[in-house]
Amino acid sequence: MIEYLSVIAGMLILVLLVGLGRILLGPSPADRMLAFQLFGTVGASILTLLAIIQDQSALINVALVLALLAPLTLITFIRLRKKAL
Amino acid sequence: MSLLPSSLLDGFTIIMTVSGLFFFLAGSIGLLRFPDVFCRLHALTKADNLGLGLIVFGVLPQAASVFDALQLILIWLLVMVAGAVGCYLIANQAVEALSKDADGQSNKLHEISMKSTLKPIINSSTGITNNGF
Repeated sequence: MIEYLSVIAGMLILVLLVGLGRILLGPSPADRMLAFQLFGTVGASILTLLAIIQDQSALINVALVLALLAPLTLITFIRLRKKAL
Repeated sequence: MSLLPSSLLDGFTIIMTVSGLFFFLAGSIGLLRFPDVFCRLHALTKADNLGLGLIVFGVLPQAASVFDALQLILIWLLVMVAGAVGCYLIANQAVEALSKDADGQSNKLHEISMKSTLKPIINSSTGITNNGF
């Protein structure tokens, strides 16, 4: 089970790499922030899997903090863009 | 935990995490391949929440305690709320940037913007048949 969940976590890191491609390509800042939203959710699920793999329930708290902080970054970005427009 | 054989729970975990991974992959490929910011938004924000929900749901039987399981469900609910809010904010900002761009003189970047999609409707209402398609 541990090995299997590790493989799933590795594939999720590949998903992160795909999102990184959109950050490099993205023509507008909104595209880049979309990729950032992907990073927030994929990061939370990788941390969830790692909490089970390493049997450390503290990592679930880290995933919770990541899931909380990702939308705050998004909201800050939108506020700054609205001021700039 | 002891009510069901552990192989059944392991099979449940395998099925759920694989389908969650599938949805994450579909969302990220849509993010990379789709042509427009709204298409990308559409692809990502739905597949994303479903992928995380399925992975959390699959990991749930492997959790060490009931408190951990509750925390996992809390993560999922938080990400759903955050996804809805973030999707709305990004779309709102993109529409505003687009209309700002269409009002200005330089509209080279967004050929498929709101202005050019509205043009055939305006032409057909005035009776001009050449609508550009």
